Amino acid sequence: MTAVSDTIAPAADPLVGDAALKPAFFDWLCRMGDSALILGHRVSEWCGHAPILEEDIAMANTALDLIGHTQMWLGLAGEVEGAGRSADDLAYLRDAAQFRNLKLVELPNGDMGLTLMRQFLFDAFHYDLLTRLTRSASPRVAEIAAKALKEVSYHLERSSDLVIRLGDGTEESHARMQAALDRLWPYTGEMFADDAVDAKVAEAGIAPLPSELRDGWLATVQEVLGEATLALPEAKADVHLGGKTGRHTEHLGYILAEMQFLQRAYPGAAW
Amino acid sequence: MTAVLPTTDQVWQWLGEVPDPEIPVVSVTELGIVRDVRWDGDTLVVAVTPTYSGCPATAFIDLEIERHLREKGIGKLRLERRLSPAWTTDWIAPEARDKLKAFGIAPPVEGTASDGRLAARAARLSGETNLVIECPRCGSTNTEKVSQFGSTPCKASYRCKDCLEPFDYFKCI
Repeated sequence: MTAVSDTIAPAADPLVGDAALKPAFFDWLCRMGDSALILGHRVSEWCGHAPILEEDIAMANTALDLIGHTQMWLGLAGEVEGAGRSADDLAYLRDAAQFRNLKLVELPNGDMGLTLMRQFLFDAFHYDLLTRLTRSASPRVAEIAAKALKEVSYHLERSSDLVIRLGDGTEESHARMQAALDRLWPYTGEMFADDAVDAKVAEAGIAPLPSELRDGWLATVQEVLGEATLALPEAKADVHLGGKTGRHTEHLGYILAEMQFLQRAYPGAAW
Repeated sequence: MTAVLPTTDQVWQWLGEVPDPEIPVVSVTELGIVRDVRWDGDTLVVAVTPTYSGCPATAFIDLEIERHLREKGIGKLRLERRLSPAWTTDWIAPEARDKLKAFGIAPPVEGTASDGRLAARAARLSGETNLVIECPRCGSTNTEKVSQFGSTPCKASYRCKDCLEPFDYFKCI
């Protein structure tokens, strides 16, 4: 009897086997997968702790979607790399310096205000990015984006709605949302900072240059913040860069210690 | 020895007997997640698409499909995960919608999928905070959304303002 293998039936995609493109494509896919993974892990930390049941459930759902996206992005990264690493290998067996996520997503959750503001700032970017990726020159990237976009539509709807309700809420909720925005703003510039990896995948038609997404994102953010009666920070946004190239805050190490413990202590453990 | 392989029509019929683990009143074929059945030589290939990318039931569904087809005598089997085109609630069979309703889950209403900022904004600007979702228990349309996220990724939480019962809504994607 042949064992069942859950293989992916890949759409034909010459870019996946392109040797010249491989280092940049792999790195870029890790950026996509790692940001989804680390934000998914952060959001999941609220499970059982959120102030109301509906929000607890909403965050668990959001985390689950993001972990689902991680499996798709890191799965493809492993294929592009061609070294036999699976999505799980990449998630559980790399160290902090090999992670390519945005610094924004590794920050500790803080209060609900900070968690929701971070989610909104990321969702608005994520939504536009995935929309562009559905037209990627790589059919594999396009199909993952199309799948993820359906879910992220719900993420953005929820987070923008809550930013408005809490921003334009009580004195206390307004103050907390403004504080969250001011705290997170210097981390937002990394989403739109181009580097050589971005230039390479943009040239191949795989993804837009991150800087191309800034205006659309800012328009969404300004519109929602306006309704939320929150003030756009005047501080610089391009301050905390480096996550995309593996230079992280101290917080990432703690996440990995928790997330990777089992696979490190008991290599190959499965259930 | 040449064994006679079952027809793909026969396999589709067998797959129609495999229930969804979360909503056992509908089968995996009624849910529209079986995308293809074909023979690759003497290996049966079944392509399955996930409803939500992180749906934890996916692995269990694969297992149930495998078990059922093994019972029917299928020796060589390969399950493929297909992402494209992405699953949509439009693929839920019409008869399955009635079964969902009878099970207490409001079936998806076309045109109610989120489109990110647009849906929420449009609803706010028009002063309409809710879409018309019929209560699966009493049939009232006087219902309200509690949360777009529910007990599983595919469901939203609603409440009927007439019979006062909470219920799940199978949300559109």
